[in-house]
Amino acid sequence: MSYIPTTDEQQQKMLADIGAGSIDELFADIPESVKLKNKLNIPGAMSEMELAAHMRELAGKNINLDEFTCFLGAGAYDHYIPSVVTNLLSRQEFYTAYTPYQPEISQGTLQAIFEYQTMICSLTGMDVSNASLYDGATALAEAASMACEATRRNEVIAIRSIHPESREVVSTYTKFKGMTLKECGIKNGVADLNSLKEMINGNTAAVLVQSPNFFGAIENIKEIAEIAHENKSLLVVSCDPISLALLKAPGDIGADIVVGEGQVLGNPVGFGGPYLGFMAAKKEFTRRMPGRIVGETVDRSGKRGYVLTLQTREQHIRREKATSNICSNQALNALAATIYLSVMGKKGLKKAAELSLRKAHYAYKKLMETGLFSPAFDSPFFKEFLLIYHGDVEKLNEHLLERKIIGGLSTDKYYPEFRGGYLVAVTEKRTKEDIDRLVSEVISAC
Amino acid sequence: MLKKEENLIFELSVPGRSTNLLPECDVDETEISEMIPLSFLREGEIDLPELGEVDVVRHFTHLSQKNYGVDSGFYPLGSCTMKYNPKINEEVSKLDGFMKVHPYQSEKTVQGCLELLYKTDKFLSEITGMDRFSLQPAAGAHGEMAGLMIIKAYHEHNGDYKRTKIIVPDSAHGTNPASAAAVGFNVVEVKSNDRGGIDIDALKDLMDDEIAGLMLTNPNTLGLFDENIDMIAQIVHEAGGLLYYDGANANAIIGISRPGDMGFDVVHLNLHKTFSTPHGGGGPGSGPVGVKRQLVPFLPKPVVEYDNGRYYFDNDRPLSIGKIKSFYGNFLVVVKAYAYILSLGAEGLKKVSEAAVLNANYIKEKLKKYFHLPYDRTCMHEVVFSGQWQKEYGVSTLDIAKRLLDFGYHPPTIYFPLIVREAFMVEPTETESKETLDEFINTMIEIANEAEKEPEKLHNAPLNTPVQRLDEAKAARSPVLKYERR
Repeated sequence: MSYIPTTDEQQQKMLADIGAGSIDELFADIPESVKLKNKLNIPGAMSEMELAAHMRELAGKNINLDEFTCFLGAGAYDHYIPSVVTNLLSRQEFYTAYTPYQPEISQGTLQAIFEYQTMICSLTGMDVSNASLYDGATALAEAASMACEATRRNEVIAIRSIHPESREVVSTYTKFKGMTLKECGIKNGVADLNSLKEMINGNTAAVLVQSPNFFGAIENIKEIAEIAHENKSLLVVSCDPISLALLKAPGDIGADIVVGEGQVLGNPVGFGGPYLGFMAAKKEFTRRMPGRIVGETVDRSGKRGYVLTLQTREQHIRREKATSNICSNQALNALAATIYLSVMGKKGLKKAAELSLRKAHYAYKKLMETGLFSPAFDSPFFKEFLLIYHGDVEKLNEHLLERKIIGGLSTDKYYPEFRGGYLVAVTEKRTKEDIDRLVSEVISAC
Repeated sequence: MLKKEENLIFELSVPGRSTNLLPECDVDETEISEMIPLSFLREGEIDLPELGEVDVVRHFTHLSQKNYGVDSGFYPLGSCTMKYNPKINEEVSKLDGFMKVHPYQSEKTVQGCLELLYKTDKFLSEITGMDRFSLQPAAGAHGEMAGLMIIKAYHEHNGDYKRTKIIVPDSAHGTNPASAAAVGFNVVEVKSNDRGGIDIDALKDLMDDEIAGLMLTNPNTLGLFDENIDMIAQIVHEAGGLLYYDGANANAIIGISRPGDMGFDVVHLNLHKTFSTPHGGGGPGSGPVGVKRQLVPFLPKPVVEYDNGRYYFDNDRPLSIGKIKSFYGNFLVVVKAYAYILSLGAEGLKKVSEAAVLNANYIKEKLKKYFHLPYDRTCMHEVVFSGQWQKEYGVSTLDIAKRLLDFGYHPPTIYFPLIVREAFMVEPTETESKETLDEFINTMIEIANEAEKEPEKLHNAPLNTPVQRLDEAKAARSPVLKYERR
């Protein structure tokens, strides 16, 4: 296949027009020593029909969540995506545009980001939001750097109940930036506050906490904020935006910077990406935020309009002195989130949250009744919970898979202290029948 | 494009209106406060708009009508490679077997995804002459960051802790110095020579045992291939440094020359530029990072391996820089790039670069009588002009760009690279026809005439767009960053 419209004849004419003998002549600046002598070893070219068949075959080697019932979460969730989200995202004016450098012909992207920023502020209880970051984990890492810059301190404390992959990403970022990362232990599935009080010190820039945390348990943000603020450290909270339809906004209970994984807002699980990380902060940190920010202004005729703003924070102006190196964000995923929140609205988001909560608690109760599990702890949870399985988790999941159920996650690799740990997620998409089937198959597995 | 002002979605909200998308609860309707303590629960309702489905659809449709994409028309935004995004790639990336796959499913249930990642790594390695790629970076700047972390980890692994400096040319993209700083390097700038390449003597003067590496875009941001690349590589390597290739301009060299053969040790590619995946209004992108053999152990983990008919993740990589993103990168973007590579094949890919370079040179030759061309030599996939002749009539490059909007074009990149006064950088890409180029050339000539004879037309532009020029100073001086109910 080729997407080059110029014909050979036209190319010859163009070459003649510019006084070049051949296309090769145009590459004369490339020294012979570094020119490729042979053809690339790449298969193809495929026609569109062959390509479609090949891709279907490849996709067919994966099992997918439409055919299997999923109880797997751990950072990527099978929430319902309204039809309008997918439909509107496929408008070419959105998805084939670049970063809105020319605001006069990018008002669509810019206004949508402004609306996104407003919604994120409203969910998190913060003053200012950026236009999105790569994902929840990198957003947490960026927040850690931001806190170090803002406090002129060099150490961050991450609670062990934060998603293990997020902690790994924070660890990579901080290691190369010369920051110190410390881990605070957990008690009953949430931050061990006594341990935090002992660890925190004059060099602690921020405490990082996730709520609901990796185990689905809800952290006591207010008390953690008090400990952090007493020490003049900042509190960075990573959260599930759907949970915020029910839970107190982190900004109202002491968070200074709020981040999170925005996948749940209308983005497919997609084997891990692309997702979006959101980031919102108190007003005083506005000029320390990484990434794009959109602001309202007026045009020459006084008409309301939107532009990328506060760009003196950014790499294309400040180069090595920028607040971060971010250039691209996840605009289309943020647009999905904006459309999702618009169509769900205040009632719909609350319903998604309540259904997930109730169904997760129903599943918890039913699984416990089998007598095959014991609770890992008894902290309140949202849509995900950790149980200790008395048998072999791998065999259990194998058994479930044969019956078209994708079981929970074995957490032994990340948390050896909970041997047999089994993390189960339940969204509004799981019916009572799905859950009852899971429970009966769990019983039949033993 | 739609000129009528579109209200903010919050202004469209009507109390009590909603779209009912979810079913009723089919399990026990336990009181919420019995599951979550009251002290954790939000008081009152969350502040989101209340709308019907048709309100939402019209709103975002109207917003889309205030936007310009590659499908709308010519988008010669230099350094951004705004080529056509094939529809089949969008379609296949939405297959259930890719889109609805959970990242923590067991390996045997995701063999198709793993095969795709593994093969894309092989393709990109072959295209660039590197030994191994990681597809984890989410964007070009993220790939740069990963690559610089690898360079740092490599030197430190060799006990070479003194190497704290990265050299960046004065023509480089802003992300280069910003990424170096983000990884804890000090940035040293090297100036360009009068042919637009690196000043070799200046480079030699900078070399010492504190240099960790050099970041280079080749062809550079002037659209020019640095003919001294062999010598540059030798100078850096002899001093113990490594060479980093910023792949932003790779659309000029696919199938023609490979960074690995030029002496580069680390490469990042932008799948959303060279490999045709759409930019989405600013993302998601994908910025895979590739390395030569001695650096493979330092790649982000996990990497995908193949053994005995089975693909699997290798997490046991003790020298790895670690993870830089959740899961495995922007997978669905990688799917589109994989499809693009297969649809073109080796010869098709080479033709991409040939046509991209021909198109840029065609524009250069046709316009150089009308706009100052600071480096008058064969260019690669893009050409940098200067608006300095028009400046004499009181017309700036910004005015030229804004006038182009009235003619229905997306303007070139302006005021970049920084080393050219009143710069504008035109990158036509290979997917534009001769007719489109000719029309654009004629429009630019008309604008050059207007600049001389009717400069106010340019000062007042654009008039034909949803909004006129916006007051950016006001936006920054008194920031309004969210909607406040009045």
